[in-house]
Amino acid sequence: MRQLTYRQALNEALDEEIARDPNVVLIGEEVGQFDGAYKVTEGLLKKWGPKRVMDAPISEAGFIGMGVGASMLGVRPVMELMFWSFSYVAFDQIINNAANVRYMSGGQINCPIVIRGPANGGTAVGATHSHTPENFIANTPGLKVVCPATAYDAKGLLKSAIRDNDPVCFMENTILYNDKWDVPEEEYLIPIGKADIKREGSAISLIAHGRAVITCLQAAEILAKEHGVEAEVLDLRSIRPLDEEAILETVRKTNRVVLVEENKPFCGVDAQIASLIQDKAFDYLDAPIKRVSAIDAPQIYSMPLEKIQLPDARRVVNKALEIL
Amino acid sequence: MTSNKSKNTGKASASKTPSPEKRTAATKAVTSGGKKKAASPKAQRPKENKRVSERSPEFSKAARTEVLEHNKTYVKDPVNASLSKEDKIHLYREMIRIRRFEERTLRVYQQGKVGGFLHLYIGQEAIAVACASIMEANDHVITAYRDHGIGLAVGMSMNECMAELQGKFTGCSKGKGGSMHYFAPDKRYWGGHGIVAGQTPLGLGLAFALKYQEVKGCCVCMLGEGAVNQGVFHESLNLASLWRIPVVYLIENNGYSMGTSQARSSAGAILAQRAEAYEMGWDHGNGNSIYEVRAKLAKAMKDARDNQRPSIVEFMTYRYRGHSMSDPDKSYRTKEEIENYKKNKDPITLFEVTLREEGILDDEAIKSIHADATAEAERSAQFADMSPFPPPEELMTDIYWESDHPKQRQSKGTLFFETL
Repeated sequence: MRQLTYRQALNEALDEEIARDPNVVLIGEEVGQFDGAYKVTEGLLKKWGPKRVMDAPISEAGFIGMGVGASMLGVRPVMELMFWSFSYVAFDQIINNAANVRYMSGGQINCPIVIRGPANGGTAVGATHSHTPENFIANTPGLKVVCPATAYDAKGLLKSAIRDNDPVCFMENTILYNDKWDVPEEEYLIPIGKADIKREGSAISLIAHGRAVITCLQAAEILAKEHGVEAEVLDLRSIRPLDEEAILETVRKTNRVVLVEENKPFCGVDAQIASLIQDKAFDYLDAPIKRVSAIDAPQIYSMPLEKIQLPDARRVVNKALEIL
Repeated sequence: MTSNKSKNTGKASASKTPSPEKRTAATKAVTSGGKKKAASPKAQRPKENKRVSERSPEFSKAARTEVLEHNKTYVKDPVNASLSKEDKIHLYREMIRIRRFEERTLRVYQQGKVGGFLHLYIGQEAIAVACASIMEANDHVITAYRDHGIGLAVGMSMNECMAELQGKFTGCSKGKGGSMHYFAPDKRYWGGHGIVAGQTPLGLGLAFALKYQEVKGCCVCMLGEGAVNQGVFHESLNLASLWRIPVVYLIENNGYSMGTSQARSSAGAILAQRAEAYEMGWDHGNGNSIYEVRAKLAKAMKDARDNQRPSIVEFMTYRYRGHSMSDPDKSYRTKEEIENYKKNKDPITLFEVTLREEGILDDEAIKSIHADATAEAERSAQFADMSPFPPPEELMTDIYWESDHPKQRQSKGTLFFETL
């Protein structure tokens, strides 16, 4: 099978959806002439012209809000945030408007908007550019949150997000953009809300989303090679909706679980998942639920220290060994 | 359009009227909020307890002359010259309907049947009615939280509006939005938004959608003068001008952002003039003259529709009531100032004087319009009283389009983490 980078897979998803639906329009900073700050939208302006691919000024609250308003009339804007860190200046538009307008209107309105961009630390850009707000966003009923880890998932999930009739917040990762994965030529969709077992195992479950999935796969290799332990890696792929059944199933199978995320721990996504597991699979647990997350400090700039701050395979292995 | 109209058909039921909570906030605020000074006992009296009527019968002579002189300019404007006698009576009737409705909501509030906030439109009626009256088939409107007036003006019923205030299932948003969040997308009215200036990029987006989908129309985005200092408003102006989006920002300048006067909050005298920074057109006028509002707003809307030129139009007006119900309305403006507006500038009296002069309205017609509006407002209060609250299951609907359309749902997994 051909291989595409995560970036190319996203680009292909955007290209195909622009071709499919005249209401799909890309709007964001540097998405057009510059070919995308991270080149995700490369070539699309040239191919589709300025009506379908619009460069926005640095004005996130303004253009995200505009996208929300346009989506109420049936346009399907795909808004790029150069970093999800910048969503914080547009939070009123995302939380109060995109998420709430359906409820407050008694179901008379829906907002088919996608807001996408990278949400990750690990690139030595300091605290302001390294936020991972999937927990903030998923805390808001009305919003959906997707965090793909592979090129295959990124493409299939982005296409589903664009066709979704609700607002979808799509969180990518700049460190993954160059990773190559098998991606079929033919069109496919991946339903939002379906987790994926990225590695089968029976001794322990490593549950993660986004780049933490890759970390878990590395940890699983080490566990196998150095400790003879076969770990199962479950990729959540989306946070809201959440594939609860897949989580419970792997816990019931392995009876041990380490939850891994690049987010900060307090009120993080894995806090919710830990709560879910103890509530619905308590009797299947042979050990306490363990978590590995970013070290609980603002994201540090210094390169070697940021490496320590984010979860890596060794930390996941050590945590797993505590309960094996 | 993907908007799904899923209006409820919940019927009013006389069986269960909730026992009204004891609400004393309104009167308490009035008595405790005022500064201690040698005010007459009369001024301290919480006047909300008596039935109110804002219409001042004795419009001063000087004011009357001024009005008639003023109208000479605007009555000839094509958008007004084309009005039939019936059209004019309709405009008058709509203004009266809004005022009577708002007066009735005040009483309902005092009875403890309305939640949290209630921002009354009394004093500003000419603007909403003018705006709705010149909207064409593909024009849209959106506003902030002082949203009852434009709601009624675009054709929402008093019943659904009054029921919404009481959190009833028969309300325009099934009781899920409340006073600040009226919506009627079927009438091209997109709310009702609670955060100051939060609606300004949404209005831009509605207009963007028209342009994108090549529909000739515009969006009027109403905002209070207090919204002009929010960053997102300026971001919206920049985008509107940069991309030539057919949006008209209509500033309803009632002089006070909550309790802070314009002079204490905004640099520069004419707020609409800020448009110049973005190379946008702007206009400014008397918001109490419905002819003037129609003339100036119509021009701006036409420019947006025909030439994709956005603009700001600012109309000076006044609210007779406090910002919301907890506003004691004593600390930041004088009683004399309010009285002066009621006596000399009231938009309804002003139009009444005009229409009498034009020979369109007489005592009898006026009396009957007022009686009808009062009765309609009364019926809406009864309707709301008799309507049921939404059933508990309604907590969990209208959140995601997908959860409301389970058969068409494409996504999997859990959407809700604590349900009934």
